[in-house]
Parts: sequence; structure tokens; C-alpha cells
Amino acid sequence: MTLLSIEGLTGGYGGADILHGVDLRVEPGEIVVIIGPNGAGKSTLMKAAFGLVKIKEGAVLFEKRDITPLRPDQIVRQGISYVPQERNVFPSMSVEENLEMGAFIRTDDIRPQMERIYSFFPRLAERRTQIAGSMSGGERQMLAMGRALMLDPKLLLLDEPTAGLSPLFIDQTFERIQKINAAGIGILMVEQNAKQALAVCDRGYVLTMGRNRIDDTGANLLANKDVAEMFLGG
Amino acid sequence: MEMDGLLTYGVFFLTQAGIYAVLALGLNVQYGLTGQINIGIAGFFAVGAYTSAIVTTHPSTAHLGGFNLPFPVGVVAAMATSALVAAAIGRITMRLRSDYLAIATIGIAEIIRLALKNEDWLTNGVRGIPGIPRPFSETLGANPLISLGVVLGFVAFAFWMVERARSAPWGRVLRAIRENEDGVSAAGKDVAHFRLQAFVFGASLMGMAGALYAHFIGFISPEAFLPLYGTFLVWVMLIAGGAGNNWGALVGALAIWVLWSATQFMTDALGAEYATQAGALRVLLIGVLLQVILIARPQGLLPERGARKH
Amino acid sequence: MVTELLQLAIYGVVLGSILTLGAIGVSLIYGILRFAHFAHGDLMALGAYFSLSLVAGLGFPVWASAPFAIVGAALAAIAIDQTVYRHLRKSPPIILLISSFGIAIALRSVIQLVWGPRNQVYASGIQIPWRFEGLVIKPDHVWIVLGAVVLVAALHLFLTRTKMGKAMRAMSDNMDLALVSGIPSERVIMVTWAVGGGLAAVAGIFLGMDTRLHPVMGWSVLLPVFAAAILGGIGRPYGAIAGGMVIGLAMEMSTVVIDPTYKPAVAFALMVIMLVVRPQGLFKGNA
Repeated sequence: MTLLSIEGLTGGYGGADILHGVDLRVEPGEIVVIIGPNGAGKSTLMKAAFGLVKIKEGAVLFEKRDITPLRPDQIVRQGISYVPQERNVFPSMSVEENLEMGAFIRTDDIRPQMERIYSFFPRLAERRTQIAGSMSGGERQMLAMGRALMLDPKLLLLDEPTAGLSPLFIDQTFERIQKINAAGIGILMVEQNAKQALAVCDRGYVLTMGRNRIDDTGANLLANKDVAEMFLGG
Repeated sequence: MEMDGLLTYGVFFLTQAGIYAVLALGLNVQYGLTGQINIGIAGFFAVGAYTSAIVTTHPSTAHLGGFNLPFPVGVVAAMATSALVAAAIGRITMRLRSDYLAIATIGIAEIIRLALKNEDWLTNGVRGIPGIPRPFSETLGANPLISLGVVLGFVAFAFWMVERARSAPWGRVLRAIRENEDGVSAAGKDVAHFRLQAFVFGASLMGMAGALYAHFIGFISPEAFLPLYGTFLVWVMLIAGGAGNNWGALVGALAIWVLWSATQFMTDALGAEYATQAGALRVLLIGVLLQVILIARPQGLLPERGARKH
Repeated sequence: MVTELLQLAIYGVVLGSILTLGAIGVSLIYGILRFAHFAHGDLMALGAYFSLSLVAGLGFPVWASAPFAIVGAALAAIAIDQTVYRHLRKSPPIILLISSFGIAIALRSVIQLVWGPRNQVYASGIQIPWRFEGLVIKPDHVWIVLGAVVLVAALHLFLTRTKMGKAMRAMSDNMDLALVSGIPSERVIMVTWAVGGGLAAVAGIFLGMDTRLHPVMGWSVLLPVFAAAILGGIGRPYGAIAGGMVIGLAMEMSTVVIDPTYKPAVAFALMVIMLVVRPQGLFKGNA
């Protein structure tokens, strides 16, 4: 069963439309990446899957259920988690409290899931009581992902997870995304580091001016001349 | 006889509505055009009233002055003093966010109220200042119609000034600041300076209204400035009429004043033993009315032209 | 001279305790709803009068009336939010501020209608004060300070140990992230009003014990309460504690040099100086 399916989506943030009839799907266990020039509507497309965009036409289906009219807090309960690009931690709260807030809607015991995340991000385990605002960019990115994983989602949305990170951290982040994916979680991400993102993904979508341009497997896109010219620096 | 009573009431009613109209126009410069919240209207109003009273009354040992000067001098002095107070405080507060300014104006009004009550040498304290001459009473007599004419004249004058300011480039800068402060300051304009000008201009109109009130009533004391209710009524007037629109300020002043006076007739029917409760009930009704307007028609009766909708 | 200053410091701590309880509510509400709640002083007064009804009407001791007043004020705050502020959630903060100004006036009118316009007290007669080394301390003063300490400690536990308390901090920290995490904002907002209203009720009762009850008592104390919240960095409840104490002490100690009538001017001056010199409050923060 297709995990996420976006069909003929047109919409924006209330002003002029940013997306014009875009299609996209994520199959279970896939890593799907959206690339494209600035202003192509990449982040907007991903936010549309999370109820953060005013949708005029088209539909968003999650496991065949129509989630188009749902609010973000309702979509979270369906099994989708979202990591914004910026301001993605609670800065005055500790690492542990950040993770707890990620699991706010859970009523069962969250300790096991928290321990799983600590074992996945040992760095966070060392810093349970540290205040999130005082951590480095790379650590904050880990915490942001950890928070989103607290609900054990079926689909994780990542908005430019490597933005602003040093090359070393970028490599680590892609490795981690692959590891998360290996646990059976579908990933949809927007990335500026197109070359690396295409290398780790199953399929990719190239978006320009709010429309689908090309979609293909990651390997094919990497080999595609047009894509190489546009985004991969020749 | 009854006709006479009605006429007298009508004149009295319109005179007071006119004074409120000047206040609403002053607030429109500050809030409507610039987006500044002034909860201390009563303070600037009182400064104007006391200034004009001190300038125009006969010399007295009970308070500063009087200087026995003509009415127009009193009005000009009232406007100038209110403007000075606004400028002094505004120099410090104009760089603050609008909600901080709102809190600061409460403080200004409170300090002015305390000063009027306690600085006997200046204001004769709680005993107040009596014998403030009616406008032009020495030449034209004490006919209430004269006072009404004078007040309406000042309403027209204030309206003309504010309307000119609004449509001038200066007014456009103010509205641009209200809508997008960062954009204006990026364009190289000194935002705080423009704000200060608007705040001072608005305050001087409030001072003018204070002077008109003092000369119309003839006696002022700290008690006379039900500080908060006055401020509150002016706010309801401007919001109801349409913030940003000068016609709205006038229409709102008149409409709310009609309503306010009508509720007095209603509550008077309750009898004297319920006088305080009736007063509270009137205020409560206006308080509820404000909420209804803010929720159902935030743009007011006459919306500002070309304004974005909230 | 030293005794006099110490005596004033005692009064200052008492006033500071009252202001702190009010300022915490203002700060919590600002942190989560992003507007300056001008009706907070009148909410304090409402709580004080709820208590008065039980004390004067049913013969309750003041302390026993407090829980009822807390619940009453909390419910009143929630009711106001649901009937008025909720409809203005998408309006600019400036509109909410004006609305709360109207609510302040309306609450005061209700108080006048129900309880009348005169000055009232919980208990007539003079309390026998304790004296040592020339210092005078009334039992009420001790209760006020102790009560504030207990409530602040309870609030601290609530904010750091309970899920709902943490959710309040999360919303104040990063509203957008709270929403995408699935934190139910309307429920958190309701709890915020309950906490803010409850603390306001106690602040009002303490103010009534320390001075007297009057329909204008809430508006008169609004300026120092906001001064305390701003001094502590508005939006940050822990700062409000320090802010409340500084303002309370400054207002009382200032009477050595200036006319006591101008006490509010001291709060005002400190607030303005703070806004100009350190707009973010005494402590650095993100608010």
C-alpha cells in the first residue's frame, strides 16, 4: 500500500499559489528526495503533506486515507512526523524534555522509545539534561530528529536536514537518515545537497516553479544530464 | 418651557460630543494612523484642562497663576503643554514595541493623576480650580450656544488638521510604519522620529479637548476626570467608528455618545438608590459592546480605505 | 535609620510577593498567547471579592475561602477566554490588548454591581503585630510571604514535573514546533488561564489582606504588576519572581526619599529604565 500520495496539488499560503498540480508518492520503506532551484516550492510541497499549506485543488492520501482536510495535530496521530528546517527544538528545555514533548500525544510508557532514540543518538544520551538552546547546530539537528521519532512514525518529513552543517556533520546526517530508513520508516526530504541526497535516496522529484519537472530513481537522476547541469554543478 | 429644556440639553449634549470628537481625532493620529496604543488619554486631557484653567483664571493664591489671559491663549498653552509632556515621555518610549508603550501610558496617566491631586501649589489639589471663564464670555456673553459654536469650530479645525496630515506624505509614512516598520526603516526613514511626531500631535489635540472641557464646565478638579472611563469611551468611539478614518472618528464619537447618554436615561429610571449600580451597568454595557465590535466588525462603521483586513 | 530601612524592606517583600503572583500570570499568558493581558489586575480584584463573599457572607476564615476564590477566578478567566479572546486568536496582539482593556473595565463594573463601590476589609479591627528589635510584623505579612513561596514552589513543580506544565513551556518556547508535535494548543491555553487566574486570585486576596478591597484595586496594581513582569523579561515566569521583588522593594524603600503617594511612579520609572536599557529583562532570554 502506498504510504503517501499527493495528487494534483495546487495551493500556497493564502496569497498566490506556489504549487500547480504537483504529484508525488512515497512507498513504504522508501527514501524520497525533492530537489529543485530556490523558490520551486520544495518545502511547500512537503508542508502540504503535513496540513501546513492551504490546498485549493488536489488531495493528500496517507495509506489511502484522505488527510487533506486534517490539521497538523491530527496528522501527527496518523503516523507522520515533521522536522522543520529552522527553530526545530524547544530552546529553553532540556534534551529529555524535548523528546518528551515529541511524544506528547502518547499515553503509554515512552521510556522504551526514548532509550531507543538515545541508543541511536548516543550524543543525546550524554546530554539528557542539557538545555537545547546551548547545543551546537549538529546536535540540535539530532535532537530535532529524535523528537520527531518519539512517535515511532511511519513517515518522517525532513526539511533540509543538512542546512548549515559542516561537511563532516552532513555525511553523518545522511548516514543517520539511512539508518532510520533501515528501521522501516519512510522518508520524504527536501535537500540542497542534491548530489549526496540523490545518492542515498530511492527516488527523487525535481520541482521547478511549483510543477513536476522530472521524477526518476536516484541513480537515474544522478546520471541525468539536465539534472547534473542544473543542480549538481556540472 | 419643555422645549427650552430640550434645547438646553441638546446644546449640552452636542458640546460634550464635540469634545469627545476632538479626543477621538487625537487618538486616531496615534492609533489609527500610527498603531500606537495610548491608555493614558485622560492624562493628556487633564494636562490641557489644568493648563488652560491656570492661564485664563483670575490670579489666585490657591494655585499657580491665574494669569487672566484670553481663552485662545489658554487653548494654545494647553496644546503646547500636552505636547511637551508627550514629547518628554515619547523621546524615551517611542522605540518600544506597541504593547510596552501601552503600559507606559498607563504609568504616565497615573503619575499625572497623582500630581494633580497632591501638588496643591500648582492645582489646588482635590479642591480644584473654579471660575474658569466661558469662551469669549466677556465680549459675547455666557450663552451656551456660543460655547457650542466654539467647540464645533475646534472640532472642524482639528478635523481639518488631521485630515491634511493623513493625506500628506507624512501620513503615508505613518501608515507604512504601522503596516511594515522594518520596511520603512530599511528605506532610511527614522521610524522613532515619525512615531514621536504622531504621538505629540495626537497628545496636543487631547490637550485641546481638555481646554475646551475646562472652559465649558467652568470648574475642574481631579475628581472630574474619571480617568479611565474617559479614556475607555474614546477608545470605543474610535474602534466603533473605524480606526484610521477621520470621518469614522467623528461618527464613532457621536454614535457612542448617543448610546452612552441613552443608557443614562435608562439607568436613571432605576431611581436614585441604584445610582452607583446603574453607573456600573452602563460601563459594563459599553465594555461588552467593544468586544462585540472587535469580534464582529473590527474595521468599524467606516473602515479605513485601502487598509488590509485583520 | 537601619531599623526604618529594615521595616520598609519587610513591607517591600510583602508587596513583592503580591506582585510576583500577579506578574507570573501576566508572563505565562504573554508567553503562550503573545499579548499583554490588561485585565489581569481586575482578575486579581475579582478573586479577592470572591473570597470576600465567603468571608463576610458565610463566615469563612480567609485562608479557607482561598481555594474557592482560586477556582472561581480560574473559571472566570477561562470563560472570558472562550467567549472573547478565543475569537480574536488570529487578530494582531494589539487588538487583543485593546479587548483586554475593555474586559478590565467590564470586570470592574461587575465588581461594583455585585459588591458595591465602597472600601471593604476581610476582618475589621487591628491585628496584634509581633515586635522585635523595633521591627513590626503583622501575622498577615507572614502568611502572604509564606503563601507566595508555597505557590511559586508549586508552580515550579508543575512547570518542570508535569506533562501539561512542560507543554506550557514548550508552547511559550516555540509555538510552531509545539503544534507540529501534536501538542493540543487550545487545551494548553485553557490550563494557562486556569493557572494565571488562580494565581491572580491569591494575589488579589493578599492585596486585600494587606490593604483593603476596592473596585479599583486591580487597575491600580496593574502598573506595578506589569513593571515586575517586564523587569523579569515578559514571557518568562521565573523572571517575574525577581521582577516582583525588585519592584516591591523599590516602591517601599523609595518612601525614605519621596512622597509615598508617588510609589507607582517608582515602578513606572524602573520599568521605563529597564525597557530602554535592557528590553529583554534582567536575565537574558528568548522572549
